[in-house]
Amino acid sequence: MIFGILVNEGPYQHQASDSAYLFAKAAIEEGHTIFRVFFYHDGVNNGTRLATPPQDDRHIPNRWSELANEHNIDLVLCVAAAQRRGMVDPDEMKRNKKDADNIAEKFRISGLGQLIEAGVQAERLITFGD
Amino acid sequence: MEEELESGVVKKFLYINRRAPHGTVYAHEALEVVLIGAAFEQDVSLAFIDDGVFQLKKDQDTSEINTKNFSKIFAALEMYDVEKLYVERESLESRGLKEDDLSVDVKVIDSSEMKKLITDSEVIFNF
Repeated sequence: MIFGILVNEGPYQHQASDSAYLFAKAAIEEGHTIFRVFFYHDGVNNGTRLATPPQDDRHIPNRWSELANEHNIDLVLCVAAAQRRGMVDPDEMKRNKKDADNIAEKFRISGLGQLIEAGVQAERLITFGD
Repeated sequence: MEEELESGVVKKFLYINRRAPHGTVYAHEALEVVLIGAAFEQDVSLAFIDDGVFQLKKDQDTSEINTKNFSKIFAALEMYDVEKLYVERESLESRGLKEDDLSVDVKVIDSSEMKKLITDSEVIFNF
């Protein structure tokens, strides 16, 4: 089965990102494919490389990056949601004349069309959030 | 940033709006998905249930809360070929609203019809 995943909530505040990660990991282990993980609303905050959770806690952004590295998963932050919330990649940094970027490894910023495409291409699109 | 799909696949998309228009950003950002999605020539329907029916309330004024009055955008959806708007009757009635209180033309359906609409849809966004 080809899955698309939509994460609508930020890390730590809400279980959505944890559940999405555990689902994606379990699906891959069972031989399924993740077409894309799309992060929307506060979900874009999952893509910051500047998070420093306590050492005895899970590192949510790093965990996504590692999963993407191991299994070549497409992690996409919505550009409109990212701009509002200060999530910046090197291109956005230049375009909006910011003095830094903060995107974690293997995440990229792109348009909402990527979410629609996931809806069309995946056999199931699963939303994690309230 | 218009993107196109070359697959030619057309699916039944349903955007379910469940939340009040203000107080959280969900409703506003949901509408942004609808507008972008309209460029992809899919079969799009919008459903309004629970507090989501307030999104369509006429004469909204957000000037005192310093947020964007995006309710005006619903009237423009027709230009994007988004024409199927469904409102759940029970949600309207339990909030003291009538069809006349809404800013756009909708089809009011009861919860069993809403259930069928959801069941018949292929891609569901739940905001």
